[in-house]
Amino acid sequence: MTTGQENIDLGRFSGVFFEECGEHLQQMEEILVGLRDREPDQEELNAIFRAAHSIKGGAGIFGFELLMQVSHEMESLLDSLRNREIPFLPGLIDLLLEAGDLLALLVEGYRAGEPVACETVDQVRAKLRRSLGHDSAPVAGEVAPEVSAGSGHPPLARYQITFTPPPDTFSRGIRIDGLLRELAELAHGEFDCRAELMELPELASFDAESCITRWHCTLVTTASCDDLYDVFMFAADHDQLTIRKLAAVEAPVRNDPTAPKLPSSGPPPESPAQGLGVQSTSVQRPARGDTAAGPGRRAADSEGSIRVNVAKVDQLVNQVGELLITQAMLTQLSAALDPVANEALQRCVAQLEKNTRDLQGSVMSIRLVPIGIVFSRFPRMVRELAAKLGKSVQFKSSGDSTELDKGLIEKIADPLSHLVRNSLDHGLEAPEARLSGGKTASGTLELAASQQGGRIVIEVIDDGAGLDRGKILAKAAERGLPCSEALSDEEVWQLIFLPGFSTAEAVTDISGRGVGMDVVLKNVQALGGRVQITSQAGHGTRVSISLPLTLAIVEGLAVEVGQERFIVPLNVIVESLQPKAEQVQSVNGKEVVRVRGEYLPILRLYRLFGIEGAQQAPHRGILVLLELEGERVALLVDALLDEQQVVVKSLEANFRKVEGTAGATILGDGRVALILEGGELLQMHKRNS
Amino acid sequence: MQPHNNSSLAGNAASQYLSFTLGQENYGIDILAVQEIRGYDGVTRIAHTPDYIRGVINLRGVIVPIVDLRLRLAVGEASYHEFTVVIVLNVLGKVIGVVVDGVSDVVALPAGEVQPAPELGSAVDTRCLTGIATVNGQMLILLDLERLLETDELLVAKATRH
Repeated sequence: MTTGQENIDLGRFSGVFFEECGEHLQQMEEILVGLRDREPDQEELNAIFRAAHSIKGGAGIFGFELLMQVSHEMESLLDSLRNREIPFLPGLIDLLLEAGDLLALLVEGYRAGEPVACETVDQVRAKLRRSLGHDSAPVAGEVAPEVSAGSGHPPLARYQITFTPPPDTFSRGIRIDGLLRELAELAHGEFDCRAELMELPELASFDAESCITRWHCTLVTTASCDDLYDVFMFAADHDQLTIRKLAAVEAPVRNDPTAPKLPSSGPPPESPAQGLGVQSTSVQRPARGDTAAGPGRRAADSEGSIRVNVAKVDQLVNQVGELLITQAMLTQLSAALDPVANEALQRCVAQLEKNTRDLQGSVMSIRLVPIGIVFSRFPRMVRELAAKLGKSVQFKSSGDSTELDKGLIEKIADPLSHLVRNSLDHGLEAPEARLSGGKTASGTLELAASQQGGRIVIEVIDDGAGLDRGKILAKAAERGLPCSEALSDEEVWQLIFLPGFSTAEAVTDISGRGVGMDVVLKNVQALGGRVQITSQAGHGTRVSISLPLTLAIVEGLAVEVGQERFIVPLNVIVESLQPKAEQVQSVNGKEVVRVRGEYLPILRLYRLFGIEGAQQAPHRGILVLLELEGERVALLVDALLDEQQVVVKSLEANFRKVEGTAGATILGDGRVALILEGGELLQMHKRNS
Repeated sequence: MQPHNNSSLAGNAASQYLSFTLGQENYGIDILAVQEIRGYDGVTRIAHTPDYIRGVINLRGVIVPIVDLRLRLAVGEASYHEFTVVIVLNVLGKVIGVVVDGVSDVVALPAGEVQPAPELGSAVDTRCLTGIATVNGQMLILLDLERLLETDELLVAKATRH
C-alpha cells in the first residue's frame, strides 16, 4: 500500500505507532481477561473493536501488511460478534487473546525490522476465519470481500456519505485517499466517489496544505452505519460527516450488470437519493463523549494527555534537582545577611524556595504512574499458568491506583512476575490437595499495593501450602549453605534468597530453574527496596516488596556527627529527642533508650561509621527515632541541622555502593553529604553487637 | 589550577604524558586520561574505606572519589594544604580524582624512549607501570592507571551480604 519513499517519511512516526499498538493491545487484553469467560457487552466489544481498528489503520498507513491482515480478521470476527451474527463462545476469548499476542509479536517484528514467520500468522488467521463460521470471510488486502449471498448476512444497503474535512486535515496527517480506500473495501460492488471544491480561494491566498474539498460517496454495503462512522473515526467529528441510509437493497448487487452505476461525473448524489426515497433520514451518531465510560473512553482520555519522551522528563527532573541545590545555596547565603537590611531579598528567597518546591512536586508527579499498569498483566498470566498446572486460582489485586515512579514500575515487573510464578507453581496446591487440607478447591493469589509512609509496599499473597521449613533447611544443607536448626523462621525464609537455591522437586518451565529468588532480591535491592517473607505452613505465604517512592529526590534532615554531616530521610524519622541520662539503660548488654514505655536500641552513628570527635553520651547528643519496617531504633547524632530536599546523586557512578547509605547529595555549601539508609544501618548495628 | 588544555599539543608519533611528583619521585600518566586539574578541598570522608581513599567531592554536580596516590603507592608524605593538587582522571569510564604533590609538565615521549619497567621491589607493582623513561636526566615512572585502579576496591563494590 505504501511506497518506499513514504516509508522513509513515515519512519520517524512509526515509533509512536508501535507505542500506540502496545497500548491498544494491552487495553484489548485487559478487557478480554476481565471478562472471565462471560459474554462481553456491546461497550466492551466496541472498545476491543476500536483497538483492533486503530492498529489496522496505522498498519495500513505504514504498510505493515501482515499486521493489517491479522487485525482485519480480528475486526471481522468482532464485528460479527457485535452484530450477533455468530454466537459468543468462551473459546473466542482465548482465540482473541491469541490473536492479540500475534499482533504484539508482529508489532515487535516490525519494530525490530524482522517480520515474523508466516506459519503462525496463517494458523491464527485460519482460526479466526473458522470461528466466523465460513472460510470465505473477507481477507484484508482483497479489495472486494467475497461474501456469499447466503442467509444470515445483514442486508445490503445503499449509503450516501458526505464528508467535509476540516481545513487542517492534511496537517493532522490524515490521508483522504486512505479513507476512501477503506470505504471501497466495505463496498459490495458499487462504490462511487466525487470530490467537490467548496470554495476556490484566490491564487495569492491559496494554501496547498489546507483542505478545501468536500467528498460525496455512495456505496452499497453490508456494513452498518456505525462501521462507516468507524472509518472516519480519527478523521472527522460527527458534524463534519453525514451518513444517510438511502435504501435497503434486497438482492445482492455484486456482479449484477444491471445494478445502477453512478457516473463519477454525474449529478450530485442528492438526486438519486430523492429517487430512492430516504428511509432513515439522518443517522446522527451520538457524540463520543456520551459513551465515555469504562474501557471504551480512549478518545476522551487521549485528549487530555500528550506523549513525551522519558528522556525529556528525566532531563527536567535533573534540572529541577540542580535548581534545588542552587536554591539551597541561595537560602544559606541570604540567611547569613543582616535580616533588617536585606529583608526584601530574604522574602524573595523564601518565595523562591516555595516555588521551587512546588515545581519539584509537579515535576516528580509527571514520573508517577499507577502500579495497575504492571498488575494488569497478571490476570492473564495467572489464568494461563493455572490452566497449565491444572490448578484452580482466583486472582485478586488491590491498590491498583497506587502511584510509583515510572523507572521503578518498569523494573519491578520482572521480580513480581517471578514471585507470582513461584506462588502458582510452588505455593498453591492442586485442587485435590487443597480439599484434603480442608481448604476450598480454588486457591487465591493476591497482588496488593499500598503506600506506607515514604515507601510503596507491594505484596504477593497466596493461600497455598506455605514455605516448608524442613525442606528448605535440608536443601540448604545439601547445597552447603550456612544454616542450622536453630535459625528462626525469618532467617530460614531468607535462605531461599541465596544464589542457586531452589526446592522445586522437578525443574519446570514455569519456575524452579534455581535462578529465582536471588535474582528477585538483587533486582529489588538495586531499586533501593527490600523483600520480606512471612509464611505459615498450610495457610500461605506473603512476600512483601518495599520500595522507595522515587529515586530522584528525598526530603531529609541534615544531622551532624563530629565534623561530618549526613542526611536522614525524613520518611523514616518518627521524632527526635534529647534523652535524660536515666532513660538510657542496658538490656542484656545492649544499649537501649526508654521512650514512653518502649525500649529502643541505640545506634551510635559515630561508631558505625568510625567518626572521631563525636558526642558519645546519648543524653548530650540527640536521638533521632527511626521507624524501619515496623522496627524502631534510635540513632545517636551530635546535632540536628536543618530540613531540606536533597537530590539523590549516585555514588556508584564513579565510586561504589557505601554500606549504610542510600547515595549521596550535595549540600548548600557545595560539599557532599551521604544519605543514610536506616535498614542497612540496623544490619550493621546487629552485626557489630 | 586551570583545566588542562591538551589540544594545543602536537606530535602524533609520540605519546604525551602529564608528569607530576609524589615525594621525591617523578611520575607520568597518559595525558588522554586527564580531564582537569584542581585544588584539594571539600572532601567528604567515607567510612570503612582504606586510607588512600580520601573520600568524595562534588565536581559540578557529579560525585567523584578522591584517591591519594601518595598513600596508594606509599611514596612521600600525605599532607594537605592550599597547594595540594588533584588530577581529575577519566579511567575505565569513571571519573576519579588523584592527589599528587605537584604537577610538573607535559612531556612527549616517542614509544622508543620508553623502557620496560625493571622489578622495583617497591610498593608499586610492576604490572601497574607502563615503563620508565628519562626526561632531562631525570627518571619518569609511567603509570598504567587502569591497571592501578582496577585492582582497587575503589571500583569494585566489596561483596557485602546482608
